[in-house]
Amino acid sequence: MLHIINKSPFENNSLASCLRVAGAAKDHAILFIEDGVYGATQGTAVEKSVRDAMANMAVYALNPDLEARGVQGRVMNGVKLVDYDGFVDLVAEHDNVQSWL
Amino acid sequence: MSEEMDMDEGGTVKKFMFVNRKAPYGTIYALEGLEVVLISAAFDQDVSLAFLDDGVYELVKGQNTKAVEMKNFSSTYRALEGYDIEKLYVERESLEVRGLNEDDLLVDVQVLSAAEMGEMMAAQDVVISF
Amino acid sequence: MALEVNGKTYETDEEGFLLNLNEWNEDVAKALAQGENIDMTENHWEVINFLRDYYNEYQIAPAVRVLTKAIGKKLGPEKGNSKYLYDLFPFGPGKQACKIAGLPKPTGCI
Repeated sequence: MLHIINKSPFENNSLASCLRVAGAAKDHAILFIEDGVYGATQGTAVEKSVRDAMANMAVYALNPDLEARGVQGRVMNGVKLVDYDGFVDLVAEHDNVQSWL
Repeated sequence: MSEEMDMDEGGTVKKFMFVNRKAPYGTIYALEGLEVVLISAAFDQDVSLAFLDDGVYELVKGQNTKAVEMKNFSSTYRALEGYDIEKLYVERESLEVRGLNEDDLLVDVQVLSAAEMGEMMAAQDVVISF
Repeated sequence: MALEVNGKTYETDEEGFLLNLNEWNEDVAKALAQGENIDMTENHWEVINFLRDYYNEYQIAPAVRVLTKAIGKKLGPEKGNSKYLYDLFPFGPGKQACKIAGLPKPTGCI
């Protein structure tokens, strides 16, 4: 299952809830898009929780959104960057998708 | 028309989960979500509802919207059973951090741990978020 | 749109559904029924009153399938079936009966 996060982790609890529900399970992946991409950057208060999740699940971030926000150089190691085509591939590869609005 | 007939005509039955994560009156999400759920019942699919985060506030007993002059749609959750929508899942952690338990809710629900909720979500064909 | 009953004007939507359900009374129901070419019998009133009770309890007008099942439960199988309800309300118990009962159009009415 693919989980899409589009809100900053400092604005609401979507990332925290997503990690709580999906973090311990297998076969889940996270894709950060829009303001959600801040959750994929280093040195934040949520970095540890994202790193912990990366032990079990793949974590992706949408590069155009990172670039737009000037944080493409701050991405955590281990986060895989995708472009729009990659975004479509991820959605197609997974059985289902949950958008954490 | 019997329900069996409906199923035969309808073709494949898919598992649909509607995820509710917003409190009831501050935004329109909860009400819109509920209306979509009611409409989905017409398609004879395998429908379930998940309540996480502030979504659990949608089910709290004793809502009274008279003074705010908004529609009190909390009673409508009790109509879901008549629509054959009986799978209501609530995440335990979301209840706990809000000081709530199952007895505070106005419908019968199944309380799941976060991990169980994650498994339930992953088992769906379609997940729709409100 | 509007409906005139006993010298009073009642506002309706473009399909003739009453806008303010608190304004409903039996005379309004009769006028609404007339607009649908329905002569109200005791059996019609039974369904109308059932719908109003349902709305008061659940805050929605039920889908036809749900209405049929719930009527069957309360009034017996000879009334809880499509034929009976369509005989009373030929253009659909959901739409027509809800209109006469002063309720909004049923959610899930497709």
